[in-house]
Amino acid sequence: MNAPLATVTLQAKDFKSDYKPVWCPGCGDYSVLSAITKALAMLALRPENVAVVSGIGCSSRIPAYTTCYGFHGVHGRSLPAATGLKVARPELTVLVASGDGDGYSIGGNHFLHACRRNVDLTYIVMDNHVYGMTKGQPSPTTEPDWPSKLAPGGTGLREFHPLVIALASGANFIARAFSGDPNGCATLIAEAVRHPGFSFIEVLSPCVTFRPEQRGWKDVAHPAPVAFTDDPGRAARRIMTDDGFNIGVLYKGNRPPYGAAQTSPGSVKDLEKAFQL
Amino acid sequence: MRQIAAMRDSVSLALAGSGGAGVMTAGNMLLEAAAAAGCYGLMTRTSGPQIRGGEAAAMLRLAAFPTDAQEDRFHVLAAIDWQNVARFAAEIPLGPQSIIVGDPAHGEPPEVFLKSGARYVPVALKKIAGEIKGAWPNMVALGVLAGLIGLPAAAVEAAARKSMKKGLEPGIAAARLGMAQVDSVRDFFLAKPDNPGRRWLISGNEAAGLGALRGGVRFVAAYPITPATELLEWLAPALTKVGGSLVQAEDELASINMALGASYGGVPSLTATSGPGLSLMIESLGLGVTAEIPVVVVDVMRTGPSTGIATKTEQGDLNLAIYGMHGDAPHIVIAPNSVVDCIAATQWAVGLAESLQVPAIVLSDQYLGQARAIVDAPAFQSVNFEREKAGSGGAYKRYALTPSGISPMAIPGTAGCTYTADGLEHNERGTPSSQAGDHLAQMDKRARKISQLDPGDAWASVEGEGETAVVTFGSCTGPVREALASKPVKLVSLRLLSPAQPAKLRKALQGVKRVLVVEQNHSGQFLRYLRSEYDLPGEVKSLRRPGPLPFRPEEIQQAL
Repeated sequence: MNAPLATVTLQAKDFKSDYKPVWCPGCGDYSVLSAITKALAMLALRPENVAVVSGIGCSSRIPAYTTCYGFHGVHGRSLPAATGLKVARPELTVLVASGDGDGYSIGGNHFLHACRRNVDLTYIVMDNHVYGMTKGQPSPTTEPDWPSKLAPGGTGLREFHPLVIALASGANFIARAFSGDPNGCATLIAEAVRHPGFSFIEVLSPCVTFRPEQRGWKDVAHPAPVAFTDDPGRAARRIMTDDGFNIGVLYKGNRPPYGAAQTSPGSVKDLEKAFQL
Repeated sequence: MRQIAAMRDSVSLALAGSGGAGVMTAGNMLLEAAAAAGCYGLMTRTSGPQIRGGEAAAMLRLAAFPTDAQEDRFHVLAAIDWQNVARFAAEIPLGPQSIIVGDPAHGEPPEVFLKSGARYVPVALKKIAGEIKGAWPNMVALGVLAGLIGLPAAAVEAAARKSMKKGLEPGIAAARLGMAQVDSVRDFFLAKPDNPGRRWLISGNEAAGLGALRGGVRFVAAYPITPATELLEWLAPALTKVGGSLVQAEDELASINMALGASYGGVPSLTATSGPGLSLMIESLGLGVTAEIPVVVVDVMRTGPSTGIATKTEQGDLNLAIYGMHGDAPHIVIAPNSVVDCIAATQWAVGLAESLQVPAIVLSDQYLGQARAIVDAPAFQSVNFEREKAGSGGAYKRYALTPSGISPMAIPGTAGCTYTADGLEHNERGTPSSQAGDHLAQMDKRARKISQLDPGDAWASVEGEGETAVVTFGSCTGPVREALASKPVKLVSLRLLSPAQPAKLRKALQGVKRVLVVEQNHSGQFLRYLRSEYDLPGEVKSLRRPGPLPFRPEEIQQAL
């Protein structure tokens, strides 16, 4: 049954399920969903060979909106779940969807170690600088003076810089995308999937409900003026000094991806010999 | 051949010394030598808080029968030196019949040992070792202990050849000299068992690892924690030999989620930890319950709460294992009740987790996990139960409401069956749902899977007959079994802790008028659990105390 089907090229719509998203009208995440489905079609993958893994939050609802295998797990733990899945089933294409709260706050430690471990995953973080699902609290990427009920007058805390953290932690592919350009976003996702090892895409995805001013991102997002580098030093300087709206691939490394130990299937009975007297 | 007087069917020996003295090396060799001589045995260990090089003691029970218990008193305490060894006094009880072997070069034995009335037998371990180039005092001490219990020199030599990479010949010579030192002491000669069958030498942690592999586990996520680390370290190379893999996680939140991710991918998965790690894993175990993803967690319990005493045993995680998750989260809790039972119990846990698509917790503990035992070779049991997998096609319902509650699980890669595994409450298709009807139906389904489980005879070890019964679990079972030997008292050691089996316990306790509940924790978690799930007949007494000291038979007999 699989053989003839494999020759049929699927379109983006074939990767979109018929579930109605819980997102607000105008949410950037609709475009990210479109971009993911376009990228999967561009890659000529089949939905049953793709798994979309997520944690908790607005962006983490994405798995069920695709026709792929989905895993909507515990808050902050998408990367470990995806790591286990990919190591156990290396032939699958595994995408991980997260947001700035799920990915950078509660899941921050896993972010560091997923970059370092360099398992062949594509990590798509929809960053809107706010906790949307819990209705408007500051996240690690929220500006220090943004007022909210939980932090009246602002947190006073400097923003977390996910791209620098990813670079310092060893991510093998780093890009910034903008949900307002779904085709460009799709191309970046496809490129990230193709690149071996841990690929990280920070997607600026506006929250029009709690951060309506982010509608203005469409006016400031712009393509990266120069091509990506494979030099982490240069990449660090660019990422540290750009305006935060530089869209495109910023770094492509060539670290070999995490390889599961080479296995030679033997029998459990052979192992038992060590205990025999 | 030496003349042998009355033989004992059990002897208990402790070998202590400061860091680098080779106490554990010699202790392990003595256990190997006893095995080579055809005896059964159990070795536990204790050490000071130092990371490396601290004082340590190897505690051996050698016997003509299989045992998981320590005796009330040690027959022999041998010390290579006395530096800080006094701190082990509570763990090495002596009596007037005991002897203390010490090197006079290191002074008299500490008063805390001498006041037991034990006889002091000075042996110049260091001086004797010094007579042989390349020999060490620990090998002389090994020889002394072997000589005291009448082990043949050939058995000691065989053990040395198996264990020693360098200094073998001087070591063997030193052991011979040690044996000669105690040629005249015959009080502790050990009888050989009369059934020279095939034996294994295995630790509880290794046994749990082996049980996992026997059950089909091929993915393990690991975060180091005492006293579970050896289990993971045994699995790391073992998995590569059977086509599996192990990932070291950044923390226990990651390790449990890695295991869930791999299992969602269709590969039976496990992680091992201790109390602090289990606490961190609890939220994600709830995901395993709701999304119906099989996973096994071996909790090698240590004293709690918090960091507690990381290197010592306690049965304090029972409440956490049974009641830890938020919401109503039916799952499996199994407790191995001997070192060798760690194999069968863990294999069973994997089988139940896989077939019921649910998390299973194995409650081992430091005592079982780090003890090495000489046991009868356990029979190989082939894989018991497997996951029911979904084929292709149709309108696939991942969480279909079946009579058994078990719904075929699609594995990624299967065309026509894609679904999203979700910690959100969902309907039969897996679509998130906040409807009361879906919640109730799925709660019923998840409860039904567990309540319909029939564990057969595996639910408990039921031994002996009598109007009094001792009900216990886990590592308390060995000492209880020994305390009840040849007494008209029934032993019920629960292996399946959750779900509860009230009908089976009622039947097992038929005719029983008094029940003693034995457990190693401060508050009586097991007693409270029994009271909530079971009708205990007649008068109920509780014997409970926290770790770290293991129960000894006398303590249980006094409570009866």
